[in-house]
Amino acid sequence: MSIMELNGGSVIAMVGKDCVAIASDLRLGNQALGISSNYQRIFPVTDRVYVGLPGLATDVTTLRERFRYRVNMYTIKEEREIEPETFAHLVSSTLYEHRFGPYFIEPVMAGLSKTPSGGYKPFIAATDLIGCLNFAKDFVVAGTASAKLFGVAEGLWEPDLEAEDLFETISQTLLNAVDRDAYSGWGAIVHVITKDKIITRTLKARMD
Amino acid sequence: METSFALTGKGYVIVAADTTAARSIVKMKVDQDKIKDLSPHLLMAYSGEPGDTVQFAEFVERNIRLYQIRNLYPLRPAAAASWIRRSLAESLRSRKPYSVNLLLGGYDTSLHTPNLYWVDYLGTVVEVPFAAHGYGSYFALSLLDRYHDPEASLEEGLATLKRCIDEVSKRLVIDPGKYKVKVVDKDGIREVEI
Repeated sequence: MSIMELNGGSVIAMVGKDCVAIASDLRLGNQALGISSNYQRIFPVTDRVYVGLPGLATDVTTLRERFRYRVNMYTIKEEREIEPETFAHLVSSTLYEHRFGPYFIEPVMAGLSKTPSGGYKPFIAATDLIGCLNFAKDFVVAGTASAKLFGVAEGLWEPDLEAEDLFETISQTLLNAVDRDAYSGWGAIVHVITKDKIITRTLKARMD
Repeated sequence: METSFALTGKGYVIVAADTTAARSIVKMKVDQDKIKDLSPHLLMAYSGEPGDTVQFAEFVERNIRLYQIRNLYPLRPAAAASWIRRSLAESLRSRKPYSVNLLLGGYDTSLHTPNLYWVDYLGTVVEVPFAAHGYGSYFALSLLDRYHDPEASLEEGLATLKRCIDEVSKRLVIDPGKYKVKVVDKDGIREVEI
């Protein structure tokens, strides 16, 4: 009985051409028993940054409340919205504060960061449960289906996908990976972040 | 083993819990009420470690009451669930955590919606259309998957609940025995005989 696998659930984020996508399944279980098929574990941080929190469900809520508080404090003090890179370090330090009694969550972040020339640059990152950051150029995965997600993403992802193609790639990756994992699945949600809009879609998935 | 169920319907939430108080293999009591009325429109069924359950339920009850006295209006179900979750989550990382699982059923008098929250001792909260705790959940949840209807009338809701209770009595090694059933809707809380 691993505490990281008690509630199940997985998250993936991918980089595209001037866009990023983050997706998750919707299952919340108690070991093998399914409790909810509409459990949201991806949360908006700002208009251009999203965070996914796979792991122990009680810590999903606790961390979501902690991040909300710390991002609000940052916004008030700095009088500007937090950039994804900064948020990633905020996540990392919040988790490392609990180095010897951690929150059992492996966050995944996706967002668009502002460049000095006024454009937007895709950004994704993930950390382990004590806040070790992993900045990837292609995709990041976490959760009970992470091993399967790595395999499928490795096969399907390619550089410079447009928003709609990225949506298809991340959706297929998630759907096919969670079908091989008993603790993930039961529906899925995908957010594609582009410079002028966010596309959120709930996917029709296998419900077994 | 203790069992509790809850389900939502058209404008109501039904909460049911068995009434057996057992210790080891001995039944101590067969008429214990394990559902607390927290406010005029909020019910809480509690189960888990004996001692912790009553202590925690009374702690919650008094604090929800205190809020109502101070502010002249009660906490809404979502807010109450948040507060209770936080109490459990803080307790989880303390020296002696409360080992209490809850089902919170309430009627939101502002939004006119029934709300049901599944809460476990870790501080996991999830809003659901139907829920169960204990060994009974392994039988009841699959039945509820098949028969639950969010638009069902109270009579239909109670019939679905009856199915769950009967199935658990039939299939579980130890029959949980009698149940106490409470309903919360726009008119408040009332007990129902089943």
